[in-house]
Amino acid sequence: MTSIELRDVQKFFGAVQVIKDMNLKIADGEFIVLLGQSGCGKTTTLRAIAGLETIDRGDILIDGQPVQNLKCSDRDIAMVFQSFSLYPHMTVFENIAFPLRATRMSKADTDNRVREIAKVLRINDLLDKRPSALSGGDMQRVAIGRALVRRPKAMLMDEPIGALDAKLREEMRAEIKRLHVKQGSTTIYVTHDQIEAMSLADRIVIMHEGRLQQVGSPTEVYARPSNLFVAQFVGSPVMNIAPAEVKSSKDSAEVGLGGGQNFGFPSALISQLDAARSRSGQLALGIRPEGVLVSREEKKGYLPVEIHLIEPLGSYDIVDLKVGEQLLRARTRSGYVERTGDKVYARIDPEQTHFFDTASGNSLGVRL
Amino acid sequence: MATAVMTSLDPKSRAAARGMSDIAIRNLFIVPTIVFLIVFNVFPLIYSLGYSFTDFRASTNSPANFVGLQNYRALLNDPFIWNNFAITAKYVIVSVVGQVLVGFGTAMLLNRTIPFKGLLTTLLLLPMMLSMAVVGLFWKLLYDPSFGIINYALGLGTFEWLANPRMALYAVAITDIWMWSPFVMLLSLAGLSAVPKHLYEAAAIDRAGPFYTFFRITLPLVAPILMIAIIFRTMEAFKTFDLAYVLTSQPTTELISIRLYKMAFQEWQTGMSCAFAYIVLLMVLAITNIYVKYLNKVKER
Repeated sequence: MTSIELRDVQKFFGAVQVIKDMNLKIADGEFIVLLGQSGCGKTTTLRAIAGLETIDRGDILIDGQPVQNLKCSDRDIAMVFQSFSLYPHMTVFENIAFPLRATRMSKADTDNRVREIAKVLRINDLLDKRPSALSGGDMQRVAIGRALVRRPKAMLMDEPIGALDAKLREEMRAEIKRLHVKQGSTTIYVTHDQIEAMSLADRIVIMHEGRLQQVGSPTEVYARPSNLFVAQFVGSPVMNIAPAEVKSSKDSAEVGLGGGQNFGFPSALISQLDAARSRSGQLALGIRPEGVLVSREEKKGYLPVEIHLIEPLGSYDIVDLKVGEQLLRARTRSGYVERTGDKVYARIDPEQTHFFDTASGNSLGVRL
Repeated sequence: MATAVMTSLDPKSRAAARGMSDIAIRNLFIVPTIVFLIVFNVFPLIYSLGYSFTDFRASTNSPANFVGLQNYRALLNDPFIWNNFAITAKYVIVSVVGQVLVGFGTAMLLNRTIPFKGLLTTLLLLPMMLSMAVVGLFWKLLYDPSFGIINYALGLGTFEWLANPRMALYAVAITDIWMWSPFVMLLSLAGLSAVPKHLYEAAAIDRAGPFYTFFRITLPLVAPILMIAIIFRTMEAFKTFDLAYVLTSQPTTELISIRLYKMAFQEWQTGMSCAFAYIVLLMVLAITNIYVKYLNKVKER
């Protein structure tokens, strides 16, 4: 039963502020992923919660108790490091037993607990080995075992699978998810890999330059990015962003991306934009590649475009389309378009379109 | 493999212009050293082994007679020699333990971010750069019962450091500790700074207290390099001559090397002293071997 709360947390490294006005509530048993580029303050936030970094202002509460002045040993939080940080001179057994022995648990209890957790993690045959004899995945299992063995209030993971190769990463990702479901401990997980974040998180916390950008479930963050940064950071391939010009015509709206041709949109766009924009500014349109619909035949509402580049990815193709001056990336069935330079027709799905204020970067919340 | 390590001679170099090959240059550097080693180390070593089985005296012209193991038998049955060994053992233990405690302790203190760390480390290393004889001479002054600064600073009146037979050996050991703790400190510092910082973070997260962290993380990880320092210091302490010889001439400070010196160059029992030297050599080898075995065991993990 552990909830964690950050209230107005500020952290400076010299003159650089690495955490800005951080406010976050984490419920018991939740799997939270802190997502952001390197240097965005996500690891610092995690280390501050663990007690490895001090904070300059604000409160960190665990179960309602402020802990920012406690040492990490008094916070009862476990952490898995990116570098694994296994003790090289100890066997796997001794590594996992370390937190128990450090708090003087009896020999029999220690033994039971270590064997129990080793079974859960499927590392029981490795208990007599030294870390140097283990593979990357097993090292990480041991590190997770060492964190879980003392049943901490919360688990913190700092890019725990970042150092593994792609295949193993996928395997461990599933394993971490399985463990979380089984153990149900409150977990905070730091990564820069948005796929990892999407697949693991109950809620994703996106950070940029020390500031919290958006908190929400994976689908929410994907479908309703609150600003341009989130829109471009989450999702692969990246969302198309283009400066847009909106004009109203008789009973519909028209959106131009430059180049003279306009995509047709429902007229509701105009009223929603009017409501959202306190003053008229520059607009940016955002559309994910799957929101760009491509047709080989001319259809109503589709504009003629030229194929600039085709990236076959197996299960689908990513196609760069030239719309006037702009390039739009679209996702098509694999092999649907054949040659670069061909002429096809494209449309933007209004339901999947996002509008952002270019100046502030914030989403205008248009829903069609 | 050897070719990969050796870089070949630059054809444009001056050496190449003079018609020298890689091999020639290699020999130019190595041969003098090898000749030097053979003449001054290997040859005396073998030659003295021969003498150790004779009654040769370098002070007379009488020819050496082969006496078999007589010298060894006499030495190992001599209770005075065993007394010298006991004194040496006591000296080695006190001196090496002292050096490890002081040296490792200083290294722990220095292994953090403090201002002027580099300067401080360099200053602390100075004692070990001095000549043994010089150290002996000025510590003799420091220990002086009437005007020595040690008695003055500690308020000990006219306490006899070197003339007191029970204190003299410790006084020599203290001087040795002062001189060679920096060596242990230097190696320990290298070992300590090689312990990854994230292991300490992991230990803190695992709720290990400072003592538990020290004995379960720091010490085991520094052990191999500390072991090397101990091997060096034990060997050196075993061979201590100049410091003890300069500082005092008490019978209680007669270390084996001093006994050996007296036997060889004051009593001129050349054959006997050669045998003695070989006994000492074997002992040092044996002790070092025990350490090296332990070191290898530590390094395995």
